[in-house]
Amino acid sequence: MQTFLRNPHLRRFGISFLVMELVALMTGPPGSTQTPTAGFRGSFFEASSFYGLFRTQRWVVFLALAVVVFAIWSGWLTQGSVIRTTTSKALTYPRAVTQRKPVRWSLLGVALIVALLLPRIVDDAFWHSAMTEQIGVFVLLATGLNVVVGFAGLLDLGYVAFYAIGAYTTAWITGSLPTPAPFHGHFDPFVAIPVAIVIVMVAGILLGAPTLRLRGDYLAIVTLGFGEIVTIFANNLYGITGGSQGSGPIPHPVLHVGPLHYVWSLKPVPYYYLLLVFLVIFLIAFSLLEHSRIGRAWTAIREDEVAAESVGINPLKYKVMAFAIGASTAGFAGVVTASQSNNVFPSSFTLQSSINILVLVIFGGMGSIFGVVVGAIIIQVAYSYLLHTPPQGYQSADLYMYLGALLVLMMIFRPSGLIPSRRRQREMVLSKAGEGHMDEVLTGDTP
Amino acid sequence: MSDLIFNVDSVTLRFGGVVSLNDVSLHQKRGEILAVIGPNGAGKTSLFNSLTGVYQPQEGSIFFTNREGKVISIIGKKAHRVASAGVARTFQASRMFSALTTFENVKIGAESHRGIGVIGAMVKGPRTRRGERHSDERTEELLKFVGLYDKANVISSSLSYGDRRRLEIARGLATDPQVLLLDEPAAGTNPAEKIQLTELIRKVRDEMGVSILLIEHDMKLVMALAERLYVLNFGSVIAEGSPEAIRSNPVVIEAYLGSSDDESEKSPS
Ligand SMILES: Nc1ncnc2c1ncn2[C@@H]1O[C@H](COP(=O)(O)OP(=O)(O)O)[C@@H](O)[C@H]1O
Ligand SMILES: [Mg+2]
Repeated sequence: MQTFLRNPHLRRFGISFLVMELVALMTGPPGSTQTPTAGFRGSFFEASSFYGLFRTQRWVVFLALAVVVFAIWSGWLTQGSVIRTTTSKALTYPRAVTQRKPVRWSLLGVALIVALLLPRIVDDAFWHSAMTEQIGVFVLLATGLNVVVGFAGLLDLGYVAFYAIGAYTTAWITGSLPTPAPFHGHFDPFVAIPVAIVIVMVAGILLGAPTLRLRGDYLAIVTLGFGEIVTIFANNLYGITGGSQGSGPIPHPVLHVGPLHYVWSLKPVPYYYLLLVFLVIFLIAFSLLEHSRIGRAWTAIREDEVAAESVGINPLKYKVMAFAIGASTAGFAGVVTASQSNNVFPSSFTLQSSINILVLVIFGGMGSIFGVVVGAIIIQVAYSYLLHTPPQGYQSADLYMYLGALLVLMMIFRPSGLIPSRRRQREMVLSKAGEGHMDEVLTGDTP
Repeated sequence: MSDLIFNVDSVTLRFGGVVSLNDVSLHQKRGEILAVIGPNGAGKTSLFNSLTGVYQPQEGSIFFTNREGKVISIIGKKAHRVASAGVARTFQASRMFSALTTFENVKIGAESHRGIGVIGAMVKGPRTRRGERHSDERTEELLKFVGLYDKANVISSSLSYGDRRRLEIARGLATDPQVLLLDEPAAGTNPAEKIQLTELIRKVRDEMGVSILLIEHDMKLVMALAERLYVLNFGSVIAEGSPEAIRSNPVVIEAYLGSSDDESEKSPS
């Protein structure tokens, strides 16, 4: 036993195995008072199929899963040590640190394969729509807001406004709003993607350019107001937006490129894949951005705006840029939501949704792309699960109580998020130690 | 005309009732090491902030000769524009990007004055790659120049005071300036670091051709470096001249030591 525990490989495998057995038990059939052990036996010996590939028993499935978990875990550690050695080499080659790979391809690969197979692994109508509407869209939204809040350090409480503008733009150019569409409408929603991204980006710049001069709390209040204004417009401009009745039916996108021909329908899974493609593009682009001079300039502004200006960085320009990039991501999410759910209602774009998205970012770790994605998936899966099989005594109104408790716990135990960004975590530690400059008087007489 | 890097004429800066700079006129020749001294609260840092666009004086004019030899007005310009035009500075209480490494700090300075290619950065296009390589090389060069190369990957907040000053100098130089403004660079450093710093500052001027404007309390350092001095007191220039002339100027001695005659033999410190 001693030697068993001491061998790291065996230990890791043992833990993977135990966790998977626990999952097997939890997802297995229930027992009954007559045959209390039926649940236990059934959890392991019930016939099962290996994702429809071949028939076997449950214990085989979960043993296989344990092996997979073990493999990923070991792979992760090996890669970690590779990274550690490159960092120690960095002392002799200073560039190594700044040139650290912004995208971890192996990790992205594994995640991508899992994401691609997910609709087959979880073959269930509810989860298919949750995967798209609750998880996919919100991961995308959180990724976009992370650029604004995490990278540039701007508190945006009206982020959902850009999401709404994206959705309404789609409805507009496909001719589904009371207001006449451009070029007599009836564009495919695919056309809406670039159009919405451009319109939302312009909206981001128009809102950002005058307001991003404000600091901290003022900016939060202005964006909050902007979010509310957009919702109120959507609700009350009956002749333009259709008011609270929402838009007319929005057509589904049609892909027709050379030999490729695909028509999206009400089914969520094709939209899931559409989201996935764009999510991967956004994730890679944002990773590269974070490690580019633009990402460094954002960090510089976040840490010390006066010092950043002293080396010629125009803070306003970079803030507006972050705002516009974040906004266009939300705009794209709006296009997908609008064409998937077939119509848009103002009630989907409330302050509450803005705050929800912000919670995803804070929970995952501001400024950490990987953290925000993982955090958003965890919260949205939990949320969907509560919707799907509410535990006894749970009511949907309780959700925010739990979410609030979760955030409080986070702030106590992991204040920089689930998987913090390295830079952000350092900043947090430093500001606790009294380093860094907020808005102190420029005379420098304060030590 | 353009052999004056700075030409400051009758600048007055007020904060409500407080007059930080009162009718200040001064000039700096290209390639000169110029020092500004004066007791605490005299307005030295305010002068620096006015020269770098951080403060906007209510009266007077400040002209600066940029890289192209064009004379431009500083007043009315934003700090980042002034920096891009060729005015670099360090801060009295050093201001680094403390969560970043030494290398990253300097690199931010090196890359800040090139155009921003958002799309290029998102796809890491060839222009972005070339830019990165160029900034990396420049950063390495400067870290070697100021003697921080072996601390390139240290988080900057863990550097000693002396190293922080050198980091700030490297970051400022990375922006390819015409003039470098140093606000009390020797504060908080030990005697050995002071000697190194003196050498470094002279090297910046001699090897890089960057003019130096220096605020410093340490008279040994000032006297060793400065070719000319201005003395500020209560927001006004009370004296100007060579180190020797300033050292024996009774007005200066009084400003520093009060009016006790028996101490006038000592040099101001
Ligand atoms: N931002 C500011 N707001 C109000 N007063 C200021 C400000 N900056 C400087 N001052 C005042 O200007 C005077 C000169 O300060 P300063 O330039 O820091 O002097 P020095 O650097 O010579 O010690 C002081 O009286 C100071 O209080
Ligand atoms: Mg000062």
